[in-house]
Amino acid sequence: MSKAMEATVSKKSLRDNPLVWPLAGLALVVAFNLVTGPEFFSVSVRDGHLYGNLVDIFSQGARVMLLALGMTLVIATGGVDLSVGAVMAIGGALCATLVTQLGYGLYLALPLTLLMAGALGFFNGAMVVAGRIQPIIATLILMVAGRGVALLITDSDVVKIQDPAFLYLGKGYILGVPFSLWLVAAVFTVMALLIRKTALGLLIEAVGDNEHASRFSGIEAGRLKLIVYAVCGALAGMAGVLDAASVSAADPMRVGELKELDAIFAVVIGGTALTGGRFLLFGSILGAILLQALTLTLYNAGVPAAVAPVPKAIVIVGVCLLQSDRFRKQISNIIKIGGKAS
Amino acid sequence: MKISLRSNPLYATIGVLASLFAVASFSYEGFFSLRVIANLFTDSSFLGVTALGMTVVILSKGIDLSVGSVIGFTTILVAYLVQDAGVSVPVAWGIALVVGVLFGAAMGALIVVYDLPSFLVTLGGLFFAKGMGFVISSSSIGIQNEFYDAVVGIQIQVGPGAYLGAGALAFILFFVFCLYLLKWTRFGRYVYAVGGNEDSARLMGLPVDRVKIGVYAFNGFCSAFAGILTTLYMGSGNPLTGVGMELDAIAAVVIGGTLLTGGIGGATGTLLGVLTFAVIQTILNFDGRFKPAFLRIAIAALLLGFILTQRALARGKE
Repeated sequence: MSKAMEATVSKKSLRDNPLVWPLAGLALVVAFNLVTGPEFFSVSVRDGHLYGNLVDIFSQGARVMLLALGMTLVIATGGVDLSVGAVMAIGGALCATLVTQLGYGLYLALPLTLLMAGALGFFNGAMVVAGRIQPIIATLILMVAGRGVALLITDSDVVKIQDPAFLYLGKGYILGVPFSLWLVAAVFTVMALLIRKTALGLLIEAVGDNEHASRFSGIEAGRLKLIVYAVCGALAGMAGVLDAASVSAADPMRVGELKELDAIFAVVIGGTALTGGRFLLFGSILGAILLQALTLTLYNAGVPAAVAPVPKAIVIVGVCLLQSDRFRKQISNIIKIGGKAS
Repeated sequence: MKISLRSNPLYATIGVLASLFAVASFSYEGFFSLRVIANLFTDSSFLGVTALGMTVVILSKGIDLSVGSVIGFTTILVAYLVQDAGVSVPVAWGIALVVGVLFGAAMGALIVVYDLPSFLVTLGGLFFAKGMGFVISSSSIGIQNEFYDAVVGIQIQVGPGAYLGAGALAFILFFVFCLYLLKWTRFGRYVYAVGGNEDSARLMGLPVDRVKIGVYAFNGFCSAFAGILTTLYMGSGNPLTGVGMELDAIAAVVIGGTLLTGGIGGATGTLLGVLTFAVIQTILNFDGRFKPAFLRIAIAALLLGFILTQRALARGKE
């Protein structure tokens, strides 16, 4: 890094820190709830478990967090994975069928499911790398086919889950904290360590920034992308298993519906550039939390679940605008003019 | 880039469509009939109109994921206006079309003015339109209206037992219009130029920004139009209609040989793509052995095949 670059980095103002936006959004949601109903924040202990909206935000947000972690890596390489919702459906359906219909133990069914989901992700990656297809389109194929595959796996039925070990994944608690949250914490820690303590993060950023240049500098961009898509697929499979476990049923039509959008939303809002390159795992976690907090706040405010996408859409476009240079310039011009006038 | 006759992807589409139809005609009794062919148009009328709009967007190197939701929104808007608000049908249709155009133009403006990725903005549009549909009504509204009955009653006999209904006729007329729009109007040529190479188009002095906004506005119109056709087909409005339709439309466009990289393709291919879609659906209806889930898998397989062929063709040119 040259001296000039170091200087600009150190000069970075608070406003340029990408984590500011999700935090500001969270602050808004918190402020809104403080005004309208402070009981939103009450956390109680029942049967040794933590209960309350705050816990719900985290436990229900766990699935989107898993998706967002995988999606962050994919977007960092300059791609996107639209198939995660469909892979969730396959993951939930496959694991539930293996356990319930075929009598596999979870210790066998879960690794098989994750392997399958990872293979699907690998397939996405192969189309992007070897087929040189744009990621949106390559993953669109699995998005279209995935639900069909999930329906075939369960024979178009909703598979009810009774296996206690399976249900524990979605409903269990460790030390009063939902199991799914421990899982997210573990995945996040492993990923963060791999990415920041090894060169992996740097390599991913290099590929996303300029794939051509990264290849010239000896990075195996193709192999890296394959791994990233496979990881994204496996995490989506896990999210599908959690989803099925939390409602005690794997519905191939419902599991993971529109979740790809939530995941992309969480990643973008968390400050990861859609154009690839810069990425922030923690930002994506914050984005997922903001999304879930927003959803829950809307429910509490009496907004019907079906209408909730409207404010979501406004937030997505708003955040994109805030990241747009031209919009920022326009705003700062308006502020400047206002300042001069007064 | 000029595509020679031999490598024109349109021929692949014609080949697939013809062989699917031929195999089905030999396999199922009564498949090879004017009635089935007429029904292909009727059943795919709203998908067809959507796909034609999507063709224009993809030709300009954009993508619009909001179309399914806008269709759902339009059906419930029209049903509400006609049934609950007592607005006359033509006025309700006019309002729906204007709303569609404005919605598309707004998305286009965001994409162009702030240089935002089209798939992200239209993803926001998907959420927005989906939610707004439920704001109007969360449940289905049936349409009982004399004007509607009269329009649904319009049909032209094309053979023994084969009729083209209002939806099919609208689809065919709209196809002819799109063909004209893309081939013989200034706007159409600009769309190809922008999709082929935006920088060159700009350097040539073409109004690139206006064309791009126009493309999304046009697609908003198409989605609203498709929504209106859907209300004719179903006789009701439901905010859940059209979920996933954007994927079907994109699939039909790609199968029709329009390149996702923009600038190459056209309305004729999309018509063939939509018919291929409809033939597969009809085969699944004829043959009880296939589960509905196969439709999605078959479409995806076809999509994959066509995209890989397109890539191979494009690479051959490099």
